[in-house]
Amino acid sequence: MAVCIAVIAKENYPLYIRSVPSQNELKFHYTVHTSLDVVEEKISAVGKAMADQRELYLGLLYPTEDYKVYGYVTNSKVKFVIVVDSSNTSLRDNEIRSMFRKLHNSFTDVMCNPFYNPGDPIQSKAFDGMVSGMMVQVS
Amino acid sequence: MESLTLSDVEQKYYSDLFIYCDTDNTKKVASNGKVLDLFRAAQLPSDVVLQITELCGATRLGHFGRSQFYIALKLIAIAQSGLPLRVESLNTVKDLPLPRFVVAKNEQETRHTAMYPDSENQGPYSGVIPRPPGRGQAKKIPLSHEVIQSVVPAADPQPDTTSPVVSPHQSPPTSPHAWRKHTRQASGGNADRQPVVGNVWPHFREAQAGPVAVDGMWSGHSPPPVQESWESATIRTSVPSAATNEIQRQTSGYDDPWKITDEQRQYYINQFKTIQPDLTGFIPGSAAKEFFTKSKLPILELSHIWELSDFDKDGALTLDEFCAAFHLVVARKNGYELPEKLPESLMPKLIDLDDSAEVPEPALDVGYSGSPVEVTSNKSPSMPSLNQNWPELNQSNEQWETFSERSSSSQTLTQFDSNIAPADPDTAIVHPVPIRMTPSKIHMQEMELKRAGSDHTHPTSPLLAKPPELSEESKLAATIKFPGNTVGDGYSSSDSFTSDQEPMASVVTRQRSHSGTSPEGLKVVAPPPPPPRPHASHSRSSSLDMNRNFAAVTSAGQQQPGVVAFPPAVPPRPQPTQAAGPHGHRPVEGDSLPVHCSTSPQQIPEQPNFADFSQFQAFADQPAEDAEKHSETAQAEKAGDVAGPLRTAKSDGQSEERAAATVNSAKGSTGPLAPPPKPVRRRLKSEDELRPEAEEHPPKSNVITAVLTTQPSIPRSVGKDKKAIQASIRRNKETNTVLARLNSELQQQLKVRPVTLLRQNSQREGFCTYTPPPT
Repeated sequence: MAVCIAVIAKENYPLYIRSVPSQNELKFHYTVHTSLDVVEEKISAVGKAMADQRELYLGLLYPTEDYKVYGYVTNSKVKFVIVVDSSNTSLRDNEIRSMFRKLHNSFTDVMCNPFYNPGDPIQSKAFDGMVSGMMVQVS
Repeated sequence: MESLTLSDVEQKYYSDLFIYCDTDNTKKVASNGKVLDLFRAAQLPSDVVLQITELCGATRLGHFGRSQFYIALKLIAIAQSGLPLRVESLNTVKDLPLPRFVVAKNEQETRHTAMYPDSENQGPYSGVIPRPPGRGQAKKIPLSHEVIQSVVPAADPQPDTTSPVVSPHQSPPTSPHAWRKHTRQASGGNADRQPVVGNVWPHFREAQAGPVAVDGMWSGHSPPPVQESWESATIRTSVPSAATNEIQRQTSGYDDPWKITDEQRQYYINQFKTIQPDLTGFIPGSAAKEFFTKSKLPILELSHIWELSDFDKDGALTLDEFCAAFHLVVARKNGYELPEKLPESLMPKLIDLDDSAEVPEPALDVGYSGSPVEVTSNKSPSMPSLNQNWPELNQSNEQWETFSERSSSSQTLTQFDSNIAPADPDTAIVHPVPIRMTPSKIHMQEMELKRAGSDHTHPTSPLLAKPPELSEESKLAATIKFPGNTVGDGYSSSDSFTSDQEPMASVVTRQRSHSGTSPEGLKVVAPPPPPPRPHASHSRSSSLDMNRNFAAVTSAGQQQPGVVAFPPAVPPRPQPTQAAGPHGHRPVEGDSLPVHCSTSPQQIPEQPNFADFSQFQAFADQPAEDAEKHSETAQAEKAGDVAGPLRTAKSDGQSEERAAATVNSAKGSTGPLAPPPKPVRRRLKSEDELRPEAEEHPPKSNVITAVLTTQPSIPRSVGKDKKAIQASIRRNKETNTVLARLNSELQQQLKVRPVTLLRQNSQREGFCTYTPPPT
């Protein structure tokens, strides 16, 4: 259960960002922004190897006392960032991977839509629905 | 007033309605107000309503008493069914669907007693998968559209469920579009509806006497149900104002507002042809985009329509998808709201569309935060669609370490609203079909192999037998240590036993690679005999069979010296060790005996076969100089012969082995039964080399051949027995030792013929480590 999910385009601007506690959005936006640096660092680290050897899942980018940030990069340099609450029973790595997998799938579906122009904000209801399912259920 | 007999369902329903109308609780309802509204909600022409009122006597009385009310309701039902209004028909009409009424939104909240038989609504509660069309509408339709229908009667037509196949013929001639508008307006949005639905549903559930056979109704296409469903569909649409009639009319355009009429579909098809002449082809996304952009809908909505209609998410539209998309565009242009999920009637029919097909998996979608109706509705039909998607999803999943194929599959499920056409058959999930090989066959093959003493002949037989067994007993594969473990690899690699031949082939290839050095042997083996049966699951049974065979053969064998009746040859094991000792027959036999004894009891019956070895020993004692040649040629020939029988089956593995062993012994030098092709190969080559001595061999080889050919086809007992396999393994090992011994003996004898030995040795790839002294 994530508290914030973000999709960042290749040019490092957000395509989609959504947080669960709406009041903390700014904080999460900031967190995601800073996590991009870590993502870049990880990408470049593996840069020597060929892209296909680089794993899409980046893993824990950096933990803070409140939450943890996980990253995932697609081959087209679209980044997914998930912020989960640390207080949450630590999600298993596999769960995080599955969340990224779902995100990737949904994102692919969005891309397949001819009416979607890459670079536009993602406004797909299906994508929203999927993300909502992954977010922490905050009453 | 004629007496009115009502069924229980009707009774209940009518009483509910009466209570509804009887707001003053005076046990009679005025002819105005709710009654009129109700009658209006029945979506009948006003003159029909008047007629009904008159028939029931309300006109006479000036108000609707309970009986008049009931009569009126029944007449309404009759009218809705399209039957002429006759007082006589009150009691004569059987199986009359309950009258349907469109309930106004504002009324809905007050009406908690109303049942919402609509499967859709019940979906989340009753687990009945709501029909998509209804569902789709349900979403849009505020709960206000609770249909006043009794839930109980299964006979009740599905008002909501659309068995939309039939366009409501009898519906009043209203324009569908008007209805649509209403629907649209009525649908305040799912969010609004859902809470209301939530309130209402519990009531429905309680009210339901039992599970509403929504599905049944759903698929019912009889005119009355259709009409009712049609009407109920119209009912669903909340009627903010009293324009229910319009709404009703509207439905005729779609079946449950989403059904495509024939003329519409034809139009869509024509449009499709303008873009893509091939009706079975796809319209690429870009072309579709241009086409639909012409409709001047906002891109966002077009994007949503695309999401809904691109069923398989491939970025292209098939004819069905295109029709669905076009339909949604038309609907949107007419003011209808887009559904959250693709309505069932718009689902592309990838596979035989089964109305009741349920998509099980949408529920899997974690992110599926659709309304409960959607979720439940998806449950049922999702499977077929899932099937379609799973192959793709699974593939993608495999790329990642996945642990939830569901999560990815759920993605595609979000589109589904309920019954989803089953996916293409070819995309359906293929269930691995284990290939069952009768154990006896394998056993027979094994026996044949062993009997022939030529491992080469059928290296694959035991292996071939194994793949079939794998499906059944994976452990067997594990336990069977076939020579070279090639077989094992073959087994493990075959995840799905889709064909008998595949694992066989793999095994065969492996075998060949192992015994690769003996092309001749392979050749002998080449004509692939029927896949070897898996090792007998019950060695006993197989051994019994074998015993029979043995008895038959043995008797014959005893008559011919050296002719041993063996059960099908032991599957040739490409065991190097076995090939090593084609000559050490006697000692091998001796060793094999104890080994055999140690094996499962099945082997015990085969013990008698051992006795046959003595005959072979007699052969073995033949002139030493010829021994090896004999053995070799004999083995070669035997291998050749064995190949056939070996392949056939392996019924009594052990007995076969023994028999083979005896045969080998008969040859005097033939190695143990197991024999992978290598021994055969060697023998073949040696045969060539020993051509001058060939005449010595023929007798033996003839004997062996005779024996081999006389091998009866051992009945195969079905079933794979781990024990049997283990037994066969032991047998092979014994054969190996026997061969090794033979080999050593022959080696000694070969001192006289260094050349031939050298050649043989070179050909024995690893069969025996012994190398004759280079004399």
